[in-house]
Amino acid sequence: MLLRVAHRLTVLLVSLALASVVVFAFMRVLPGDPARVALGVNASEEAVRALRTQFGLDRPVLVQYVDWVGGLLTLDPGVEFLSRAPIGPQIADRLLVTAWLVVSAMLLALVVAVPVGLWMALRHRHWDGIVLSGLSQVGVAVPAFLAGILMISVFAVRLGWLPSGGWVVPAQDPVGFARRLAMPALSLALVQGAVLARYVRSAVLDVLREDYLRTARAKGLRPVQALVRHGLRNAAVPVVTVLGLQLATLLIGAVVVERVFVVPGLGSLLLDSVAKRELLTVQAVVMVLVVAVLVINFVVDLLYLLIDPRLRTGAR
Amino acid sequence: MPDRTVLRVDGLDVHAGSTPLLQDVSFAIDRGERVGLIGESGSGKSLTALSVMGLLPEGLGATGDVRLAARTPAEHNLLALGERALARMRGDGMSMVFQEPMTALNPTMRVGAQVAEVMLLHRTRSRRAARERAVELLEQVGLPDPAHVARAYPHELSGGQRQRVVLAIALANDPALLICDEPTTALDVTVQATVLDLVVRGVEARQAALLFITHDLGVVATVCERVLVMYGGRIVEAGPVQDVFGDPRHRYTQGLVAASDLSGADGRRERARLPTIPGSVPPAGRFPAGCVFRTRCAHATDVCATPPPWTPRGEHPAGATAYGYACFHPAGGEEDG
Ligand SMILES: Nc1ncnc2c1ncn2[C@@H]1O[C@H](COP(=O)(O)OP(=O)(O)OP(=O)(O)O)[C@@H](O)[C@H]1O
Ligand code: SF4
Ligand SMILES: [Mg+2]
Repeated sequence: MLLRVAHRLTVLLVSLALASVVVFAFMRVLPGDPARVALGVNASEEAVRALRTQFGLDRPVLVQYVDWVGGLLTLDPGVEFLSRAPIGPQIADRLLVTAWLVVSAMLLALVVAVPVGLWMALRHRHWDGIVLSGLSQVGVAVPAFLAGILMISVFAVRLGWLPSGGWVVPAQDPVGFARRLAMPALSLALVQGAVLARYVRSAVLDVLREDYLRTARAKGLRPVQALVRHGLRNAAVPVVTVLGLQLATLLIGAVVVERVFVVPGLGSLLLDSVAKRELLTVQAVVMVLVVAVLVINFVVDLLYLLIDPRLRTGAR
Repeated sequence: MPDRTVLRVDGLDVHAGSTPLLQDVSFAIDRGERVGLIGESGSGKSLTALSVMGLLPEGLGATGDVRLAARTPAEHNLLALGERALARMRGDGMSMVFQEPMTALNPTMRVGAQVAEVMLLHRTRSRRAARERAVELLEQVGLPDPAHVARAYPHELSGGQRQRVVLAIALANDPALLICDEPTTALDVTVQATVLDLVVRGVEARQAALLFITHDLGVVATVCERVLVMYGGRIVEAGPVQDVFGDPRHRYTQGLVAASDLSGADGRRERARLPTIPGSVPPAGRFPAGCVFRTRCAHATDVCATPPPWTPRGEHPAGATAYGYACFHPAGGEEDG
């Protein structure tokens, strides 16, 4: 068991190191020199050279890489080229906003999808199970941004119940915060919830066909009891896989939804920085996203070990 | 029904929509009696067992009368009983061992807990007593270091060991009826004999009734006292093993016995399996009217197009369905139909 955890941890660290190289290299391989790109074509040669010296862009690439990784590890990725605003605090603020959005969307999806998925599985031969299953298919097909736009036009524009976008800090104005979080979180949760519900359904249907569930029935457990005591933990394995993937997708998917609802999250920062050609910020944001995804995968791997004893011993 | 009768099945019909799968299945098993149920694949053996347990797959319906005298006298027809009442009997008054041991146990639960669960569920023991009893039961089914096995997960055990665990679960509450559906078919020949022996010892110690399903006539001969022969969803012949196998009456039984090598030593068990009766088993619901064996029977005549009546062959304590056959032109003895 410990060996397995150590193994997964090693995989995580190696992936992180590789990812940092890839992100760094990718940004440096882009055509044009970052200082020139940031200052624009009209800037003088001296100004560009000054910026390069200032940010150490004239040093050997390896030195720059080590310097960059050092900055990341100390949570200080430096300052922006033009505004000289420190990047770290910006990312921290934005990450918090995106985290609110993603986590509340995921919880919302989970809370709805698990019971709905269970219901669809248990009633898969009955009309209500079939109708729910059909609805979830539709839910899967609706892109989050479209759901967002529809919600804005109904709840913000037509009914005027909710603000169409923007953001306030929860500590400042909890109600305003909740009102602004509702629609973006819901539009993200809709698709993810539909997808998750379908996975829960098929995982539960698979488990219902398992021999050990029949054994459980033969012991004297009623169908739902047997499912709860012997089925759910087994059904959790595929569901956790999807959950991990979904969290990662949500992080990325939030970029678009943050645009639609004018939410100052990590996605907005990324798009803004690309527009401003702030290479260092783009690099840092991409790296944060990559780290988040890799850490999620690591946590999912640990969850597998907790759920399924067969995975703990190595064989199979 | 008489005091000694544990299970009585009367006129059991099972159908999928309008397709009949079992027709007029009737038999009884006394306390301490070990009865085999044989027949080719698709003859309806498992459906018979599942009907008794009330575990028929969704979409199948059953009619008839199934009575079990276990903890209480057989007051109710199990087929008419609600799920809650049936669940109280499963794992307690009656229990079942299935064919495939590799997948029969929950992979995420320790073995001891799975054995203890059936006692806790029926409140036959306290939490601590159930845990101790689970280890005892694991020892009784011949598992070495039972305390260690109790803490193991199923994937750490072999198929034979897992089947022993399943047997321990089935015997935990001292059932009045144990049903085994091909419990050793998936096991190595070397392990088969030990597991069979455990089954026999387990039911003997409890004076339980045993319904033992198998393809293997040799297994029936070693485990059972009496045998039911099934074909096309009907019981076509029944009686003491020696009489049925040594002097079969129904033409299907005759073919079955002729095609298997009952004298075979254990090493030749493989060949003692079922049989090469000419023709093949029709798909469910496609059996002919009248005698279901008519399309494969060399002795069939016009009269066989009507259902052959049950002909008792002799007295048997378990009743008229316990010893007899349903054939117009029986083998052996004198023609009596
Ligand atoms: N859920 C079902 N729906 C429709 N037909 C079924 C269903 N289950 C079983 N049958 C049919 O009923 C017949 C009897 O099946 P059963 O499983 O009882 O056979 P069996 O004698 O146990 O065979 P085997 O030796 O292969 O286990 C088969 O022809 C099978 O196809
Ligand atoms: S009843 Fe007729 S068809 Fe059926 S087994 Fe006897 S002889 Fe053959
Ligand atoms: Mg079967």
